Amino acid sequence: MRMPVPDAGVIARRAAIVARLRAVIGAGTVIDDPVEARAYECDALSAYRCPPLAVALPTTTAEVAAVLRVCHEERVPVVPRGAGTSLAGGSMPTADAVVLGLARMNAVLEVDYGDRLIRVQAGRTNLSVSTFVDEAGFFYAPDPSSQLACAIGGNIGMNSGGAHCLKYGVTTNNLLGVTMVLMDGSIVELGGPMGEGPGLDLLGVVCGAEGQLGIVTEATLRILPKPAGARPVLIGFDASETAGACVAAIIRAGILPVAIEFMDRPCIVATENFARPGYPDCEALLIIEVEGTPPEIDEQIALIRAIAEEFSPVEFRESRSEDESRRIWLGRKSAFGAMGQMGDYMCLDGTIPVSALPRVLRGIAEMSEAAGLPVANVFHAGDGNMHPLIIFDANRPGDLERVEALGADILRLCVEVGGCLTGEHGVGVEKRDLMVAQFTDADMEAQMRVKDVFDPQWLLNAAKVFPLEVSESRREARRNAA
Amino acid sequence: MRPETEAEVAGLVRGARGPLSVIGGGTRLLPGEGQGTRLSSAALTGVTLYEPAALTLVARAGTPLAEIEDLLASERQRLAFEPPPAAGSTIGGVIAANASGPRRVKDGAARDSLLGVRFVDGSGEIVSNGGRVMKNVTGYDLVKLMAGSRGTLGVITEVSLKTQPIPPASLTLALPELGAAAAVPALTAALTGPWDVTGAAWLPPHGALIRIEGLEGSVKLRADTLSARLSAFGTVQPVGDDPWLLLRQNIPGSGAAPRPGGAVWRVACRPSQAATILTMNPEAAPLALDWGASLILLSLPSDARPALPSGARALCLQGAHRGPLPPSDPVTRRLEDGLRERFDPRGIFAAPELTVA
Repeated sequence: MRMPVPDAGVIARRAAIVARLRAVIGAGTVIDDPVEARAYECDALSAYRCPPLAVALPTTTAEVAAVLRVCHEERVPVVPRGAGTSLAGGSMPTADAVVLGLARMNAVLEVDYGDRLIRVQAGRTNLSVSTFVDEAGFFYAPDPSSQLACAIGGNIGMNSGGAHCLKYGVTTNNLLGVTMVLMDGSIVELGGPMGEGPGLDLLGVVCGAEGQLGIVTEATLRILPKPAGARPVLIGFDASETAGACVAAIIRAGILPVAIEFMDRPCIVATENFARPGYPDCEALLIIEVEGTPPEIDEQIALIRAIAEEFSPVEFRESRSEDESRRIWLGRKSAFGAMGQMGDYMCLDGTIPVSALPRVLRGIAEMSEAAGLPVANVFHAGDGNMHPLIIFDANRPGDLERVEALGADILRLCVEVGGCLTGEHGVGVEKRDLMVAQFTDADMEAQMRVKDVFDPQWLLNAAKVFPLEVSESRREARRNAA
Repeated sequence: MRPETEAEVAGLVRGARGPLSVIGGGTRLLPGEGQGTRLSSAALTGVTLYEPAALTLVARAGTPLAEIEDLLASERQRLAFEPPPAAGSTIGGVIAANASGPRRVKDGAARDSLLGVRFVDGSGEIVSNGGRVMKNVTGYDLVKLMAGSRGTLGVITEVSLKTQPIPPASLTLALPELGAAAAVPALTAALTGPWDVTGAAWLPPHGALIRIEGLEGSVKLRADTLSARLSAFGTVQPVGDDPWLLLRQNIPGSGAAPRPGGAVWRVACRPSQAATILTMNPEAAPLALDWGASLILLSLPSDARPALPSGARALCLQGAHRGPLPPSDPVTRRLEDGLRERFDPRGIFAAPELTVA
């Protein structure tokens, strides 16, 4: 992974920079010990690492602003970090960068059930937001699978999704406002009572900008009343294409389940060996979850059954108890762990139109065969967000490169059928160089202009999202001006 | 100017010497908009892709809203955000205005249904962002930035939208005895329970209005428990005709005929602030509440401005005042002005009235 050559001038001034940070951060912490700082050298894309210059862990918006003012004056690159669970290298540092971690900012600032909102500091974990409002009968809808660990600030940076976004949308659809600190230390409130502000929708463009526009320190989130109940069904098919067609038919019929999850045979076999959920022996299965009171659930499942039967399912398994529901979800929830047992894996995140599912599944199978690398598919089928997992052995020389090449081919296929490179993980460093497959120069130029406005010196997380050669002149201009 | 292709739009923008007012059908203009030379996207027409099974529709910006709604209805689908209708309205205009109706309270605004956009920026460059899939975090979300940008960043030439299946059943309950302030707790009660409410408004003469949609059996069951809950606030009765269409047709700046005399303001607030706002403005008459009382339409004397509690915002839909109230803070202004300068370096799309508070 190519990264920009670190700024030798910044590295040479390290002691002075750390001293200035210590002077402003109050109750916060500055880590400059190389051993301690190593905990911040990578995120969940752990194949790529680089220890940062230093780590700042502020506790308030004012402290974040003070840290950024120092870094701005010293022309030090800054890499924001929520909980470090990015699968795309979104919080991977460079050697000349200060990592600004939100881990110590996890307070709930306000909750108002009548207005259906909660305001939290951005380092608070996703799941703990739902936990906080659970007893009052509410939840926060976006639920990325890392929700136990991932931070709201990171969710906003990556516009995270989850299994339930088919019904509830992703982060941007559930975000009402943020307090954000710009690179020059100025503090701005974006959003409003219904989300976007009165003028341009700045909140909308900040969400998903991968921490390149500012550091979100507080967020106002929409919370929703919990449904009366939920129940999954499991449907097995003798071909992946049939399962894909059934998904399209269910959506077409106007039923909107909360989740439609898909697993193919390699994934079914792996999870069966790993967690023994008792899945049927079949080529592909769907797990469909519906919500409501018991009679409402029965009504929806009857409709789903009627549609599924037209596709001659191998099995239609309806949960009759809490325990059966748990077993149906068990395999899906342990799928990534099961894959880990088979070897190392790379998880892709391309999204395609649901109608292209059969074609893409076929294409992936052919490419996997040709490359000699097994690929298992487990993904959110209802919204076309695929997660092909390429299985390999990281210790075998050359395997990582072959896997990355296959991954790139699969993502190009996703773009070719009308889809995109990433549906919920983000571009980060991982898919940076593939951006040209989806965007023209003018398309990327328009996006980079937004960064020019928010962060004119290109100091914030600057080596991400755009191919290095595309962003080079802007990043170099900063260095030459310093 | 009525260009018929995206390339013509780009040529016109590149060749423009003076300011252009970018419009669609020109049906949702706010006070001060639409001055000078108009560049309309209304001749860029046609649905280029509609896949009902993928819940996706792509259309050129000038395609009439009515044509899109008819096409969707023929497949038992609709736009989830329920845009206020207006004769001559185009889909590009709907998006540029982020025009959203009652269902926003559950399924989001126009911005939330917008999957992709193509536009011509102020330099005449053609830019594409987003796409036609439900989940997309590839690069920055300029889709949201363009939604509601009111023609100040570029000329939208094509939009890609998420569509929604029309559920088999829909039912609206009304509490006709409730005035605006008294309706707020009823709306809040409906929105904070497990009823999946798709409309929560107040509109005379109907009073408080609450809508639920879904499968037949489910709507019936929810109607029973919801009625029981709402009866704590007053008499509850089902409504026969469609008050939601009436509500959508009533919003100035969204194609409605101007109201005689006075000004009309749109106030965005937390529902818990709505009653306070009504008290703070004794000379104001509430025309409607929507989105669970997050939106108040207020009629005021022409020279008056609404008094607002902290966090609430107002925009004049009909009258002399320009720009949001309270005015945006200096950092927000700097960012907005910076974006307008970058997307439109020659100031071709300038709409100064809107940005000056």
